[in-house]
Amino acid sequence: MSILLIAEHNNKELKPFTLNAISAASQINEDVHVLVLGSNSDSVAKSISEVPNVKKVIHVNNSLYENYLAENYTSAVIKLAESYSHIICSANTFGKNLMPRIAALLDVSQISDITKVISEDTFLRPIYAGNAFATVKSTDRVKCVTIRPTSFDPAPTSGGSAEIINGDPGDASELSKFIKKEEIKSDRPELGTARVVVSGGRGMQSGENFKLITAVADKLNAAIGASRAAVDAGYITNDHQVGQTGKVVVPDLYIAVGISGAIQHLAGMKESKVIVAINKDGEAPIFSVADYGLEADLFEALPKFLEELNKLNTIQK
Amino acid sequence: MKILVAVKRVIDYNVQIRVKEDGSGVITDNVKMSTNPPDDNAIEEAVKIKEAGKATEVVAISVGEEKAQETVRKALAVGADRGILVKADGVIEPLAVSKILQKVVEKEKPDLVFMGKQAIDDDCNQTGQMLAALLNWPQATFASKIEVKDKSLEVTREIDEGLETIEVNVPAIVTCDLRLNEPRYASLPNIMKAKKKPIEQITASDLGVDTKPRIEQIKVEEPPKRKAGIKVATVEELVQKLKNEAKVI
Repeated sequence: MSILLIAEHNNKELKPFTLNAISAASQINEDVHVLVLGSNSDSVAKSISEVPNVKKVIHVNNSLYENYLAENYTSAVIKLAESYSHIICSANTFGKNLMPRIAALLDVSQISDITKVISEDTFLRPIYAGNAFATVKSTDRVKCVTIRPTSFDPAPTSGGSAEIINGDPGDASELSKFIKKEEIKSDRPELGTARVVVSGGRGMQSGENFKLITAVADKLNAAIGASRAAVDAGYITNDHQVGQTGKVVVPDLYIAVGISGAIQHLAGMKESKVIVAINKDGEAPIFSVADYGLEADLFEALPKFLEELNKLNTIQK
Repeated sequence: MKILVAVKRVIDYNVQIRVKEDGSGVITDNVKMSTNPPDDNAIEEAVKIKEAGKATEVVAISVGEEKAQETVRKALAVGADRGILVKADGVIEPLAVSKILQKVVEKEKPDLVFMGKQAIDDDCNQTGQMLAALLNWPQATFASKIEVKDKSLEVTREIDEGLETIEVNVPAIVTCDLRLNEPRYASLPNIMKAKKKPIEQITASDLGVDTKPRIEQIKVEEPPKRKAGIKVATVEELVQKLKNEAKVI
């Protein structure tokens, strides 16, 4: 049987984590069908049809899906679920909101946030903020699985030509209503996919001081992250939070500035390839995961760091 | 309006967990247990709504072993009016918990059900959404702001791109994010008073819910250890190492 993967998009463009989920799905079974629930979303369906790993695109084009509401999405997925062995989407706020609603109606025990496909019914997933990993096997007929996007490479986006078929909309739900989305636009790389992330914590002492982080991030073409403490303190908005309940990032370089390294923060960044910690407390737990630790006052170290970066002839982008 | 709040007993968030040598799970004996952190936000929000005169009763419920009674008791100490403990031993998957909560909701008839968005032990992030599905109620997940209206809630949700606002009809399920509010501490007099508040005890089988796990846990292991890093003395040394050794800039 085939896999049904639910695409995340904004009716114009596919959200990049869908590509990571497609990669994971094709490791389970090559017959991956992607469901696009959208409104005037032809361009999304077309771009997915060009992903070589995708065998079929089911496009449901209906004004019902102008905005994403789990209540509306669920009914459309349930109508298709019968003919699939797996239902998959990414484990970001999109998929975390949606998949359990689908799973419960199918009477399926969902497997959340997998980091590895072991076989078609067995998966690896982090528990306890990534301080342990569980190998789990689903015994349900249909497997509802969400994918940790940063654990899988994105699928290539060209070369394929999957068939696009029109699907039927689900029932309209009157239970909930979309009001507005406050999306923070930025020219920077996205936090979840950036090659370099520079993050600030409570040690930054104010939102104003984040300009020191911004300057370094500009130089390195990096995304800006933050610890929960910094977000709670109002220094920076929630979309920057890295950690167990925020985003999980796996950049080539993660620079933690003024972050002590609480368990829940480490959960979101400790798989990064190279970790740098700048903190004036030499005992801070962040140093236990850092490849390079600098025990220093960040207010002196960050300007100096920028100065040294400026001296380099080339910086990888 | 009546609010049911689900709370879970988990290993305290400050504890560095250890995996059992036989790979069967993590060590929970003699480990400090607490309320799952976002469940504290859920209780706080329910109590605040009651204090604002918009709710008449707050009922705290937990599903788990006998000791989960402590977690219910803590909810009573910060303002819940009464408690329910649904006793169930062993691994109770979110699907089973949501079926148990569904039965309790059918009996208690609350207008709202609050709970944390995710438990910090299994990190599943499922129960609220599953309960909403089983009841055919709307769901407002990852809530960082709740405005109670006449027959609906306006909820601000924390999403990857920023914030989203939705309106959900009552009855509804809300799963709470950590920034929803600042949970209060229980005062000593309130802890004493909480001891007199009733906790009804029932079992999952009383409710006719099959809690047999559908997911087989094959093994639990520690994550691969990072190799020990080094301390650098100066910013210059740091930049040199990043450039020439790690080759990441």
